[in-house]
Amino acid sequence: GVLTMGWQGVDDKEYVGFATLPNQVHRKSVKKGFDFTLMVAGESGLGKSTLVTSLFLTDMYRDRKLLHAEERIMQTVEITKHVVDIEEKGIKLRLTIVDTPGFGDAVNNTECWKPVADYIDQQFEQYFRDESGLNRKNIQDNRVHCCLYFVSPFGHGLRPLDVEFMKALHQRVNIVPILAKADTLTPSEVEHKKNKIRNEIEHFGIRIYQFPDCDSDEDEDFKLQDQALKESIPFAVIGSNTVVEAKGRRVRGRLYPWGIVEVENPMHCDFVKLRTMLVRTHMQDLKDVTRETHYENYRAQCIQSMTRLVVKERNRNKLTRESGTDFPIPAIPTVPDNETEKLIREKDEELRRMQEMLQKIQRQIKDSH
Amino acid sequence: MANCATFCALPVSGQIGLGKSTLVNTLFKSQVSRKSSGWNREEKIPKTVEIKAIGHVIEEGGVKMKLTVIDTPGFGDQINNENCWEPIEKYINEQYEKFLKEEVNIARKKRIPDTRVHCCLYFINPTGHSLRPLDLEFMKHLSKVVNIIPVIAKADTMTLEEKTEFKQKVRKELEVNGIEFYPQKEFDEDLEDKTENDKIRQESMPFAVVGSDKEYQVNGKRVLGRKTPWGVIEVENLSHCEFALLRDFVIRTHLQDLKEVTHNIHYETYRAKRLNENGGLPPVTIETEENHESNLIPGWLLPPPSPACCQ
Repeated sequence: GVLTMGWQGVDDKEYVGFATLPNQVHRKSVKKGFDFTLMVAGESGLGKSTLVTSLFLTDMYRDRKLLHAEERIMQTVEITKHVVDIEEKGIKLRLTIVDTPGFGDAVNNTECWKPVADYIDQQFEQYFRDESGLNRKNIQDNRVHCCLYFVSPFGHGLRPLDVEFMKALHQRVNIVPILAKADTLTPSEVEHKKNKIRNEIEHFGIRIYQFPDCDSDEDEDFKLQDQALKESIPFAVIGSNTVVEAKGRRVRGRLYPWGIVEVENPMHCDFVKLRTMLVRTHMQDLKDVTRETHYENYRAQCIQSMTRLVVKERNRNKLTRESGTDFPIPAIPTVPDNETEKLIREKDEELRRMQEMLQKIQRQIKDSH
Repeated sequence: MANCATFCALPVSGQIGLGKSTLVNTLFKSQVSRKSSGWNREEKIPKTVEIKAIGHVIEEGGVKMKLTVIDTPGFGDQINNENCWEPIEKYINEQYEKFLKEEVNIARKKRIPDTRVHCCLYFINPTGHSLRPLDLEFMKHLSKVVNIIPVIAKADTMTLEEKTEFKQKVRKELEVNGIEFYPQKEFDEDLEDKTENDKIRQESMPFAVVGSDKEYQVNGKRVLGRKTPWGVIEVENLSHCEFALLRDFVIRTHLQDLKEVTHNIHYETYRAKRLNENGGLPPVTIETEENHESNLIPGWLLPPPSPACCQ
């Protein structure tokens, strides 16, 4: 559709009218709707589900069944997805929450981050294939835009597992560290832990999500708010899905014998800061960084390794003086059986596909020059 | 040391930071844990479990007590915690072995120094969900050699309902997995014991506690507590947490029983096992080169010393 707007008093011959572009973009985006994929990770019992429900005010965990201790002994790390469509003031958001039940809960947690890293890579790979495919009309973007990593408030800062997880994932996804169940800490304990965690993040070379610097032409208030946001990492949060009565008002909170903790009270925790950042100010930037940095890194690596593989095979063929094909000749066992034959054929097919994709990309690069 | 009782406590948790040191200090109203013994807690946690015993003599109402608190920094916090309870099990058995060797000596000390662990306080992470697999594994192995008292740590993270639910869940999981915590059902001596202990086992335990070494002014009184923007958590207030119940249980009512069960049950089990391994012979420590069997009176022929003499 075409946008028609009345230009009162704009008779200026100098005025072309493309100042309406932002409005046009806005209108199209609103029609299309937005999507966002948020991952939550951390050991169980840190209030992840409660927080997600508090943030988006929708309960995605109604049918969740928690395992008993003896069942958890055999549990492995799973990746689960919950999708929900929410609407607010005419704006539609398709929210996908990716959960990692089982992470960090076993007696032996060696490499328990691997299923999580693999999942993220798989979404990148899927997008890469779709992007390189013929029909790109309705590509679904399942890439993970942000990972909230929950750090236990009981530790003395980061645990060895926390460090390992973040180091494995910081080049794949935007990590926002969260100090969970913060109502178990006094204000000075919160301060102390935040400092410790920040220092450890720097010490271990972990690259968490960086808030972009404010433009210099933003007003002072916005700059101050932005600065406060940056200094609050990790966000000390409390979540709640119950409404309690505090000083005559009804608020989301937790009722203790010694007082009431209010989730949305900035003196009690950083929930409001997190929500502001995640939903109201930085959602688009999180998606941009995912696209422009994490995905592009993956894509470049992928192309590089494919090129290397094909070049290696080509060289090997040259050495063995096998003529004709560019396809690798796999080592054939003395008694080839059906299983092996099938595998050989599948590998051949895969390599042929990768070869084609590589040629297509090389052509595109050539054409664009 | 005349009139000096001894008690040895081993606080353990599946993760660091659950407030063990603070709680032990609060329990005995003294700075008796590693935290207060000049250990810099900003130091890196060691990769292996290093077990240290820290002893203090405390006094109250003319009664002196030599309190030993065992410290196990590093337990449970690695990425791979398989069998991490083994050093602790080993330590406990080593104390039994030490005692056994003293017991079978010909020239026995009048008072055998008792370094055995009388009580293991196991700190449970207040997740609100269930016990962690590491908790189950640890308690399964250790409940066979020492008195385990499970305790829900940092209970100020749970509301009253969450606390009740979690306690029920934990009790059920302990039962389903056959973990006998102290006071063990099979050691109830008489009906009176059983009734009293049943109530503790089925309703009070595991105690949901909060520890603190800071004092605040509340309603004109100075109380031990934690000050938050939404209120002061009073450690000794029963409507806030069960610290007072734990303290009364361990110190005021069951201290002697903890020692007796350790001596009469856990130690005896160890002793019997060792004697059977040795073909009925006691383990002997001989300083001399030659082994004159005629000089040895087999230890098991002598009556076992009563608990009163190993204080």
